[in-house]
Amino acid sequence: MTVLDTPETRTWQAVCRVDDLAPERGAAALLDGRQVALFRLVDGRVLAVDQHDPFSDAYVISRGIVGTRTVDGVEAPTVASPMYKQVFDLVTGACLDAAGKTPVAGASADLTAWPVRVRDGVVEVGTP
Amino acid sequence: MDPRHLVVVGGGMVAQRLVEALRDRDTAGAWRITVLAEEPRRPYDRVALTSYFSGRDPEDLALGDADLWRDPLVRLVRDDKVTQIDREARTVTAASGRTYTYDHLVLATGSYAWVPPTEGADLPGVFVYRTIDDVAALRGYVEKLQQDLVRPVRGAVLGGGLLGLEAAGALHALGAQATVLQVGTHLMDTQLDLGGGEALRRLINNIGVGVRVKAMTVRIRPHRRGGVGRLDLADGGRVDADVVVVAAGVRPRDELARTSGLEVGPRGGVVVDDTCLTSDPDVSAVGEVACIQGACIGLVAPGYAMAEVTADRLLGGAAEFPGADTATKLKLAGVDVASFGDAFGRTEGALELVWADPVNGVYKKLVMSDDARTLLGGVLVGDASAYASLRPMLGRELPGDPAVFLLPEGGGGAPDLELPDDAGVCSCNNVSAGTIRAAVTEHECTDVGAVKACTKAGTSCGSCLPLVKKLVTTELTKQGITVSSALCEHFALSRAQLYDAVRVAGLRSFTEVVERFGTGRGCDICKPAVASILATTAPAHVLDGERAALQDTNDHVMANLQKDGSYSVVPRIPGGEVTPEGLIAIGEVAKDYGLYTKITGGQRIDLFGARIDQLPLIWQRLVDAGFESGHAYGKSLRTVKSCVGSTWCRFGVQDSVALAVLLELRYRGLRSPHKLKLGVSGCARECAEARGKDVGVIATDKGWNLYVGGNGGFTPRHAQLLAEDLTTEDLIRAIDRFLLYYIRTADRLQRTAPWVDEVEGGLDGVRAVVLEDSLGMAADLDAQMAQHVEEYEDEWRATLEDPEKLRRFASFVNAPEVPDPSLAYVPERGQARPATPDERAAAGRGEPVLVAGSTLEVRS
Repeated sequence: MTVLDTPETRTWQAVCRVDDLAPERGAAALLDGRQVALFRLVDGRVLAVDQHDPFSDAYVISRGIVGTRTVDGVEAPTVASPMYKQVFDLVTGACLDAAGKTPVAGASADLTAWPVRVRDGVVEVGTP
Repeated sequence: MDPRHLVVVGGGMVAQRLVEALRDRDTAGAWRITVLAEEPRRPYDRVALTSYFSGRDPEDLALGDADLWRDPLVRLVRDDKVTQIDREARTVTAASGRTYTYDHLVLATGSYAWVPPTEGADLPGVFVYRTIDDVAALRGYVEKLQQDLVRPVRGAVLGGGLLGLEAAGALHALGAQATVLQVGTHLMDTQLDLGGGEALRRLINNIGVGVRVKAMTVRIRPHRRGGVGRLDLADGGRVDADVVVVAAGVRPRDELARTSGLEVGPRGGVVVDDTCLTSDPDVSAVGEVACIQGACIGLVAPGYAMAEVTADRLLGGAAEFPGADTATKLKLAGVDVASFGDAFGRTEGALELVWADPVNGVYKKLVMSDDARTLLGGVLVGDASAYASLRPMLGRELPGDPAVFLLPEGGGGAPDLELPDDAGVCSCNNVSAGTIRAAVTEHECTDVGAVKACTKAGTSCGSCLPLVKKLVTTELTKQGITVSSALCEHFALSRAQLYDAVRVAGLRSFTEVVERFGTGRGCDICKPAVASILATTAPAHVLDGERAALQDTNDHVMANLQKDGSYSVVPRIPGGEVTPEGLIAIGEVAKDYGLYTKITGGQRIDLFGARIDQLPLIWQRLVDAGFESGHAYGKSLRTVKSCVGSTWCRFGVQDSVALAVLLELRYRGLRSPHKLKLGVSGCARECAEARGKDVGVIATDKGWNLYVGGNGGFTPRHAQLLAEDLTTEDLIRAIDRFLLYYIRTADRLQRTAPWVDEVEGGLDGVRAVVLEDSLGMAADLDAQMAQHVEEYEDEWRATLEDPEKLRRFASFVNAPEVPDPSLAYVPERGQARPATPDERAAAGRGEPVLVAGSTLEVRS
């Protein structure tokens, strides 16, 4: 089943200016008590995933190294958890490399990807 | 069924191998083993005895895994010599009076050093060279003489065989003048022909050891002060000597066999058949004491083979002694000698191919069958690099013209040999090429380390390691497992190649590097590696521009990430020297921010539980108090540990603290492939544990000894001696070059210990580059280090002065004042620690668990 995103059903929250984000480096944001990791790529895109690292149970994903990984011939932007180096796809949140570990009890290996849009130089994050 | 009882008389290398082999295979526990050793220690590597002089502890020589002796089926009785065997009652009696009943007995008593009946051989100062105690006594005697005499100590070695040359090397290493007196016409005459012996003599002379051939000692004369003083030779000559080492050969210790009526060979040794059984089927003999196929063999490899045969037979196997491999390789610094197979060309019709280069001190000879195709033996002096690949080819056809194996390196090079599976590669542990290949193909070993652990190949003398590495690489390649040295999917180059490429091209940013030499936008592997490379090729602040995006979180926030997402902070305390004011300042910072405080192994203080947004505040306080970054977060110089040194210590001979401070300030901030730790000890007592460091410096009364390649961690290693008695200036230059050579050529995350093993030429190669500038790069390395020292700045101070950099420390980009709500701590032993998941859950249910964020509990 596919649920179509409709702008009307989604609430957006302004978080910061694009210029507040350093290219290829993450930043944490607090949205109604939930922690989100924002990333600005070299091509100007801004992406967001959970700040919570399911493998260490710590809120650290924004502090990982941003890079790329070729998956099925397609280059995906990635972040590696700074804790135990699992690699996540920044677009989908999918865990691409569990580095031989399993997530903490009750957690999914994949991160939630949060929708992001940039309006007038302001980064807005939507409900996932 | 109760296990049967095997009693082994003797606790040497072969006994150790026998126990190891039997315990390895006897999975049912059919045998329990008692080893009765005369020496007061567990079996040690007698072959490496000489290395005891280059600073190794007796403990370093211990063989194999100490767990072997904790096996409930194994009992090692030390310091108890067996005096009697009663074959009727099947018992042995030891000097302590204890009696042991055996089901099977193995004699592994080895040999003793033979001292020819010479007048004066019982004088003080005459030594043999067989056990650790012999070597320690010799060392003590020489060191005592060095204190008493104003001139250098003169040493003479009687015997120019393998052992004699090692003893001469040992005397030389102790700082004595050494002269080898050889009765025969040339050195190592059991293994080498005259040409090889002559080439060897020149090499030995070159390292500063004298050689006299056809020198028969007839009398040892005492000195007026007591002890030995002079040797009289048969030809009327005299040699002054303050210390004499007799290395005239060994004789089997077969006295137990004689008194118990076992058959003994005409020239001694317990006669055994090819299954290692003596004339009594309940008694075997192995190693040097055994007279097998008509001779006693004073080499360890055949002894190991006998141990394996015996273990197999005890378990009902049918193994037989395959014949002795008498190949030998002399292990003496700067002298490369090997001999194998029919070195003298005694086989009928044998042809000899000889290459001699007296200028470079090289002599090589191959002995071939009459059709010049099959390799029968060889002698390699001055350049034995072909030994590892040629020895397993014994008795086999060499491909092409055998002469290519004799030509110097660079002259086209020898072809790659495809070894047959049954060719022996490691003779110490009897490992064939097939076994090594199987380790890769069947046991999924993917590197030399794993293959060593799996097969034991190369774990004894190590001379076969280059060949093992080659076999493993070839096999992995065949498996389709590319032994790629590529850094990651973004760079096909190895770290060392990339380092050179970046340095030569003068690149300054990751974007330039990845566009020129890589693909994509990098990853958590190549980005920190490139950051580390740029740090020494184009030094700049870690957070400068694009560099900031390359750093792992530790380098990015200049603190150490801990399990809950908080960080720890370590200010630099050079040499571990700190003022009371400094300690108070650190204590106050810790108290004010509620940080858990612990002393590190590197003689400094670690402050845990700092939130990312607290780091600049904490550092402002520390910088104001005069501290700077300790780089505990970096793959870089960590600390230079020191003992208190001659300033305070009653035993210290040099000011180790001053040197440690100097070194720490010189190398602080130096980024490297992995962390670097240094240590400086003020005397040979080594309280700074410098030999457990990447670079260890130990004071001598003449200067400093420099050791490299040590580390603790998962695979602890003692550092090895690189140079002796250096002045402070020479020492610093040597360390400068060593560190930069490592930084330039090591793999990513490769510490110095494995790097020294794998870098071109091993430790000798490193020594040549560092001390003799063999690659002509010393000036370049010196300039690079000068630049590092010149351009160093405290990266925390620089960060505090730059508002742009400080913005990286916000907890949340949209709420910089709100601390991370996920952090929770509970008190333990008077300090804070992260709350466990259970404690968090309990707090969530409102149960009375003291949980607080790291600011809340601070000011009480």
